[in-house]
Amino acid sequence: MTTLTPTETKPSFWQTLKHALTARKEKAYINPYLAAILLGVVLFGAFFVTGNGLGASGGLNRILVYVQDLIAPEHTDRVPYLIAMAGGSKNALDNWVVFMTFGTIAGGFVAGFLNGRLKIETNRGPRVPIKMRWVMAFIGGSLMGYGARFARGCTSGQALSGGAVLSVGSWAFMFAVFAGAYALAYFLRKFWN
Amino acid sequence: MAPFPVQLSPIFGHWGAYLVYAVIGFAFGYVLEIAGFGNSKKLAAQFYFKDMTVLKVMFGAIIVAMVLIFGATAVGLLDYNLIWVNPTYLWPGIVGGLIMGFGFIIGGFCPGTSLVGAATGKLDGVFFVLGVLFGIFLFGETVDSFAIFWNSSYMGRYTLPELFGLPTGVVVLGVVLMALFMFWGAEKLEQKFGGVDAKAAPKWRYAAAVAIALGGIVLIFLGQPTATDRWAKLEAEKGQLLADRAVQIHPGELLSLIEDTNIKTVMLDVRNESDYNLFHILDAQHVPLADLPNVVDDLHFEPANAVFILMSNDEAAATEAWKYLVAEAVPNVYILEGGINNWIALFGDDNLTKGFNAGAGNDELCYIFDSAIGDRYPASEPDPEAYELEFTPKVQLELKRAPTSGGCG
Repeated sequence: MTTLTPTETKPSFWQTLKHALTARKEKAYINPYLAAILLGVVLFGAFFVTGNGLGASGGLNRILVYVQDLIAPEHTDRVPYLIAMAGGSKNALDNWVVFMTFGTIAGGFVAGFLNGRLKIETNRGPRVPIKMRWVMAFIGGSLMGYGARFARGCTSGQALSGGAVLSVGSWAFMFAVFAGAYALAYFLRKFWN
Repeated sequence: MAPFPVQLSPIFGHWGAYLVYAVIGFAFGYVLEIAGFGNSKKLAAQFYFKDMTVLKVMFGAIIVAMVLIFGATAVGLLDYNLIWVNPTYLWPGIVGGLIMGFGFIIGGFCPGTSLVGAATGKLDGVFFVLGVLFGIFLFGETVDSFAIFWNSSYMGRYTLPELFGLPTGVVVLGVVLMALFMFWGAEKLEQKFGGVDAKAAPKWRYAAAVAIALGGIVLIFLGQPTATDRWAKLEAEKGQLLADRAVQIHPGELLSLIEDTNIKTVMLDVRNESDYNLFHILDAQHVPLADLPNVVDDLHFEPANAVFILMSNDEAAATEAWKYLVAEAVPNVYILEGGINNWIALFGDDNLTKGFNAGAGNDELCYIFDSAIGDRYPASEPDPEAYELEFTPKVQLELKRAPTSGGCG
């Protein structure tokens, strides 16, 4: 005697979730000038309400130092640069920029979901293998992280925020970023195009 | 006093205030994503003149925020003194900027955009974020080897209007016009290298350009409030404190503040140089009235437990200085009651008080000194144990409003 086995298996929880997150139709990005106005209003709102601008690398910095402090507390108590954030009983996460960073991740995720752009993929130039792109992303990220601490701020905290309140150092920094990127762009043209 | 920025922690609590930042961060991430900044190819296209979105969004956001910020300060809604302006470390900033520029074109993101990229499932964004963390780690481990350079060319809170010696409104309009010119150039480049259709761009952008330029022009006519303007608004409330003698502290209270290790007592002696050289209290800094504007930024950098004590020979000059600092939103400012003359009368020994000049005018030194030995008198650092002084303590620490670190700290 044979029993009829169902040919369709119930979709797993992860498949359902993936479907729910990525089912929306992909929409186009908004006009850059409209984005500029929106970002300008957000930046103004941040300054107006809190007195601080926006930031991103500072949050990543503190999250990293928090983990370092968990693993090697005696080390963070000895390096002057780390003491300021996590020396003794200080909690490296006890700073507004950490919460702004979590908010940024959440905001990006929700916008990606609503506009159908949540998708596991690797954006790269047409001639570049995926793994090569990953390695370059890691190298570029390392330079960015190092440079951002060196310059005491990244594109958000220095260029955008400091630029809007007319800090001399922020403007010098901003032109340096563009200069550095354009200087190297020619040599990487095959990587991106 | 300008009502904004607000102090969040008294309203929402220490951790509750962070929720406000999370909301701002959410809006930030949302806008970055819908602008296309989660996509490294779109970001990198900036550097091949194919898609100038990065430049447009960045400079566009800067000029919009700038016009709104200085508009709010011009009408007295927002206090520029209480806003975090990134201090300038010129050369470390430029070197760091160049390193970041290399990282941008190699990795295709900047730290903020890589978070958005990673959050939307872009694996290159994930690897970039890991790289950023590694770079930050490396910096923390190596910074001590070049700490001197990293702390060099420090210029403090240094702004473009100060650099150019121009009114803020003029600089704002200049930056707006520069940005609009760059947008025009960017569109031309996109048409040439990216094959972008010139007619596809919306017409409303012309109206927006005119509006923001007009905003800059309005700012020139509005001007930014001076200390005198600010004081005029505060006079009703703060002038009463002066009249009630609520901010003039007894020399005995100053002496106890100096001894108090929980308080950072900053003494500012606003008399002329010769009086200061004749006699001053140990550790009092010499800041004549005319130099006060140069130190305001430094005073805002002082920690939350700093108390500022102003002193002149009597009280007149110190009171002027008090009005100025209060107008510039410096917290915890007090005046030494009776000034240096009163201090000497109280703590001076016979040697110091023997030459009394009865003919001294208001706010002039009424003791005659044999020599100008500054703070090398016993009365410059009286022993608090040696005096039994009766006074009503007046100093109450206010909550500090000006931020002491920015978005990258």
